[in-house]
Amino acid sequence: MSESEKTHTLLKVDKLKVHFELKRESWFSDKPVVHAVDGVSFDINLGKTLGLVGESGCGKTTTGRAILGLVKSTEGTISFEGTNLGLVPPKEMLQLRQRMQIIFQDPYSALNPRQTAGDIVLDPLLVHNIGNSKERQERVDELFSLVGLQKNQQLLYPHQFSGGQRQRICIARALALKPDFIVCDEPVSALDVAIQAQILNLLCKLQDELNLTFLFISHDLAVIQHVCDEIAVMYLGVIVEKASRLELFENPRHPYTRALLSAVLSGSPEIKVDRIRLEGDIPNPINKPTGCRFRTRCSYAKEICGELEPVLEEKSSGHWEACHFQTANNQ
Amino acid sequence: MDDSLEINEDAVLRVMNLSVDFDVKGNNVSILSKVNFGLGLGETLGIVGESGCGKSMTALALLRMVPSPPGKISDGEVLLNNVDLMTLSQKEIKNIRGKEISMIFQEPMTSLNPVFTVGNQLVETILEHKDLSRADALKEAIELLRLVQIPAPEQRIKEYPHQLSGGMRQRIMIAMALVCEPKVLIADEPTTALDVTVQAQIFDLLKEIQAKTQMSIILITHDFGAISEMADRVIVMYAGYKVEEGTLDEIRNSPLHPYTQGLLRSMLVIKPDSSGFKMPLPEIPGSVPDLLNRQPGCPFGPRCSQATVKCRSMPPNFNLGFKRSVKCWLADNGRVE
Repeated sequence: MSESEKTHTLLKVDKLKVHFELKRESWFSDKPVVHAVDGVSFDINLGKTLGLVGESGCGKTTTGRAILGLVKSTEGTISFEGTNLGLVPPKEMLQLRQRMQIIFQDPYSALNPRQTAGDIVLDPLLVHNIGNSKERQERVDELFSLVGLQKNQQLLYPHQFSGGQRQRICIARALALKPDFIVCDEPVSALDVAIQAQILNLLCKLQDELNLTFLFISHDLAVIQHVCDEIAVMYLGVIVEKASRLELFENPRHPYTRALLSAVLSGSPEIKVDRIRLEGDIPNPINKPTGCRFRTRCSYAKEICGELEPVLEEKSSGHWEACHFQTANNQ
Repeated sequence: MDDSLEINEDAVLRVMNLSVDFDVKGNNVSILSKVNFGLGLGETLGIVGESGCGKSMTALALLRMVPSPPGKISDGEVLLNNVDLMTLSQKEIKNIRGKEISMIFQEPMTSLNPVFTVGNQLVETILEHKDLSRADALKEAIELLRLVQIPAPEQRIKEYPHQLSGGMRQRIMIAMALVCEPKVLIADEPTTALDVTVQAQIFDLLKEIQAKTQMSIILITHDFGAISEMADRVIVMYAGYKVEEGTLDEIRNSPLHPYTQGLLRSMLVIKPDSSGFKMPLPEIPGSVPDLLNRQPGCPFGPRCSQATVKCRSMPPNFNLGFKRSVKCWLADNGRVE
């Protein structure tokens, strides 16, 4: 399939669209449609991390969920190791699901308050009927030590853990079935800075040890820069820029990416880039602007931006951008 | 040295020995222990710390809004224009809230009433504090919305909170807090629920208003980026104690308390050269202490890499100069606050 392990594509998302229909306003009107994800394509190679970054409501979480089949995709294909997930019969899908897991943002609502930590981690093994009870218990013990929890904490309930420890339980649960691919949906956003570092270190360590592939969803560019090999910037349901980590942070091209970068409050005052201030808010995904979606907030917008939607093109090697113009002065 | 001597006479607000206790199932739990600070005219003071360190409780205690029971302000003075807020009657303190000291909160949606229009809520606030007719109050409300840079305020004023975006709602909250031109604005995590681009807009707005009105701001946050953006001086809190105080420069460039150092080290920032990819981040081991079972000695001791035998007893606040103090034995030079 591919020449070496390194370029082995694990996941391929092609023109993924997720639309949600809302209640119609009157009997004769059409149903309003939320274009949550509107044609997103990317590949993730084995053992690598793709970062999805964007403001709230840009469709990054929906993309992650659609890949796992947690929301139904309207159009497009998702292939996992060359298998089109849309064509897989349900029985085989159950097998495939073991290899794809998710870690949610809020470790408070992602855990059942009435189950002990040990039972929470054991659950996936029971659902997929793996091993006998002794093997399962050994696996749970192993997982607890893998994520840095004590064995005797298995009998505690979620409310007896701190936020960081709860996220460790979520990670242990996601790892229970020895997955290859994990969607990390804002795994550290709900945690304190000191705890964020602990969880990020744990995720990096696990990726190395278990050769995991991550789709890492976050709004925090500093976190994205720390963990991702490749980064896709989303705006209103589409990818506006995609590049390797070094490229994106050194030569950001799209005006939105540059605005995002300059809006980040840097801890050190030495890095004072010229701020590109974005006016207003992200538009409503029901009535998205015609043409380029970003034009309503873009200072470079010209007439053509309202007429024609720019496509994602490779502007330089490995650096993709969806914009009619060359607005960055870096080349 | 006595704390009161070193605070300028033009300090708008002076907080001395502020302590808050909570009654948890009959046990007295100390949430806030003898916090001191002063706030100058037109100054922005940042209070930073992890969740549960008492930073929000400080803000609530200033306005005597500690939920009681189970909480109570057990000690301390809060001097606003040399009047101790702790000795005022309920009626008098109610007059201070909103008029002299205003507050904005983290989640603007829960702070606004969903069944009234934005205009309705603004007008109500104005009428509460000012002797105006309804029509004049409405005019003033529109002016306020213009001040916080809401486009088309005449239309927006008729809308309900759910029709506005998060950034817009926070602007409404700021407008509401500015009704009486307060001397002090307490901003409790004002941008945590907002996107980065909107966050930058809100901070610009606050700075602009501050330049116009000479208002003093207390910014409470866990985000050191926000502190760097806004604050002139910083207080670092841990487990209900003020562990370090200094100017933004001092805290950022020469932090003295091991906790402040750890907090700064573990913070992720965007690096222009993209260095440190997947490198292990320095972390502070463990988690914040359980306030129900406080151990004697320095509260940070169990997590501190530089802890010694001395740390088994509580360090005092060592005073290292003008408005610069640290609560750690490492700074022991005999000058106790």
